[in-house]
Amino acid sequence: MANVVLRDVRKTYLGGFEAIKGIDFEVGDGQFCVLVGPSGCGKSTLLRMVAGLETITSGDIDIGGRIVNQIEPADRDIAMVFQNYALYPHMSVYNNMAYGLRNRRMPEPEIDTRVQEAARILELTTMLDRKPKQLSGGQRQRVAMGRAIVRQPKVFLFDEPLSNLDAKLRIAMRVEIRKLQRRLQTTSIYVTHDQLEAMTLADILVVMNSGRVEQIGNPLDIYQKPATTFVASFIGAPPMNLMPLRSDEIRAQFAGDSRATSEAGILGIRPEDFIISSETIAGGIALDLTVEAIERVGAETFIYGTRQHEIQGVAANPGELPPGEVIVRIPGAVAPAIGERIKAVAPRENLHLFSADGRQRIDL
Amino acid sequence: MVEHRPWNDIIAYAILTLGVFIVAFPVYVAMIASTHDAATVVGGRMPLSLGGHALENYYRAIFVGGSRTAPEPVGRLLLNSFISAIGIAVGKICISILSAYAVVYFRFPFRKTAFWIIFVTLMLPVEVRIYPTYKVVADLRMLDTYAGLILPLIASATGTLLFRQFFMTVPDELLEASRIDGAGPFRFFWDTLLPLSVTTIAALFVIQFIYGWNQYLWPLLITTQDSMQTIVTGIKKMLVTTDELAEWQLAMATAVLAMLPPVAVVIFMQRLFVRGLVETEK
Repeated sequence: MANVVLRDVRKTYLGGFEAIKGIDFEVGDGQFCVLVGPSGCGKSTLLRMVAGLETITSGDIDIGGRIVNQIEPADRDIAMVFQNYALYPHMSVYNNMAYGLRNRRMPEPEIDTRVQEAARILELTTMLDRKPKQLSGGQRQRVAMGRAIVRQPKVFLFDEPLSNLDAKLRIAMRVEIRKLQRRLQTTSIYVTHDQLEAMTLADILVVMNSGRVEQIGNPLDIYQKPATTFVASFIGAPPMNLMPLRSDEIRAQFAGDSRATSEAGILGIRPEDFIISSETIAGGIALDLTVEAIERVGAETFIYGTRQHEIQGVAANPGELPPGEVIVRIPGAVAPAIGERIKAVAPRENLHLFSADGRQRIDL
Repeated sequence: MVEHRPWNDIIAYAILTLGVFIVAFPVYVAMIASTHDAATVVGGRMPLSLGGHALENYYRAIFVGGSRTAPEPVGRLLLNSFISAIGIAVGKICISILSAYAVVYFRFPFRKTAFWIIFVTLMLPVEVRIYPTYKVVADLRMLDTYAGLILPLIASATGTLLFRQFFMTVPDELLEASRIDGAGPFRFFWDTLLPLSVTTIAALFVIQFIYGWNQYLWPLLITTQDSMQTIVTGIKKMLVTTDELAEWQLAMATAVLAMLPPVAVVIFMQRLFVRGLVETEK
């Protein structure tokens, strides 16, 4: 059991491209840390640096009180689950799991005990003699997990392990991974671009963007108090509505709050925080929208509307809406008609204010 | 492009059949000639049906040897050919798989240069570098030895390229998983890369065995003793006579025998061979 500490970790490639621009965080013993961010943000690179598959340009990575910068992957006491599983195609399931132990010259009876135990946990007992080719995607994924478990490492590293599975299986495996990790109490670092996976799995969530950490914290805290507009639009689906505060329409509603009007540049409201109502809420905000499109998904309905007076938006971030568009999420399937004019209102405590560059949160 | 026009099929089959006939006819004549006696073959009117001397001719070719001009029986020549062809094929596979491993998986100074130098040797077959190669082999006292027959031919750019292409299709994650599993470069090669390369190795073996078997110029140059000749040079010597008729029926029997091992290799390794050349799934 071990904690993992990163201190000002940087990675610069030979060509001068800076992939990781100084990252600090700590994952406590037995915690499940998820690195999330859009593709190219450096999250996989960071994981591979922890694994020892990429060199570290500067900074320290500390696993269980030992700085591992110069230590070979095999000697870091970690196990990794790869996106494409990376099972040895010519070896049986049993040998895939036993291979790493054999390389460590573990006695054969002990290997057998560990493999059988892992197979039992993962329900692979009947498949130990098969080759990876004869398994389904979900089964291969479990073998990859098994290969990590039998090592009994200090840290599990997961590199988007579920992205090759279909949606249903992904949800099932997500729950299984979490249950397994709770049971084994092994410190884990998990990379994903799927914010839902990130929210559901993480004890600590690290949101990354272009080689930097945007925010670290408990997933719910991050959801409720995103530190930047990037985090606000990345965590939560559909994304938070972000609109410039310049427009008089909105500014008028904050007239009483001098800090909001002087420092804040961007207003954010989550789609689920709106209520469709003809009455405004004191201190809250009301937007007049024209309904452009409606998506009914059964339990809830998404309404896409445009604001009538304003067609300006905020700088484009991943997952962000086009300028002037607002998503409203309402429960049930009853929705206004397309073309109808509606008033969407949100209470003051559900409003998020950010500085004009989006880099800073301003608490109301 | 799946079209069904009967005429296309008929024309295609006609052309292919003609091609097969052109290729197969000389082989057929050789087989027929090996079953007649010397007088019939030399008579100028080659029969196209089997003769009655097959057993006698093959017995003489294999165990007794021809006349004074080719005193070694074919058995010995076949053995020589077999040893050098196997030696060349195995040697080429060992050298090229190792050099491809180095070029693909190791980062060392002048890696690209090394690769291009290997690539350039494609343009330097034995025929081009024959004098210096002969000189080296002679200085090393390897004339009339198996080593002399094999060693100068085992460096193979083709094999290196083939393995390089194959290694590049092996997912990097497999190497990374091996590293995390505590397998060093040697273990990764032995436990993972080699088992995955089996079909590629088989394909290369077939090609290189036939290449080694068919060597003519090189064995002709460096073997002077009859007991070290290969079968391909042996056939030639059977036909060069000074004061008597060449024993064509024996030469043809020998030629037929010389065809058998490569044919056997192709037949037995065909399945692996085809998979090795077309397989993409890893």
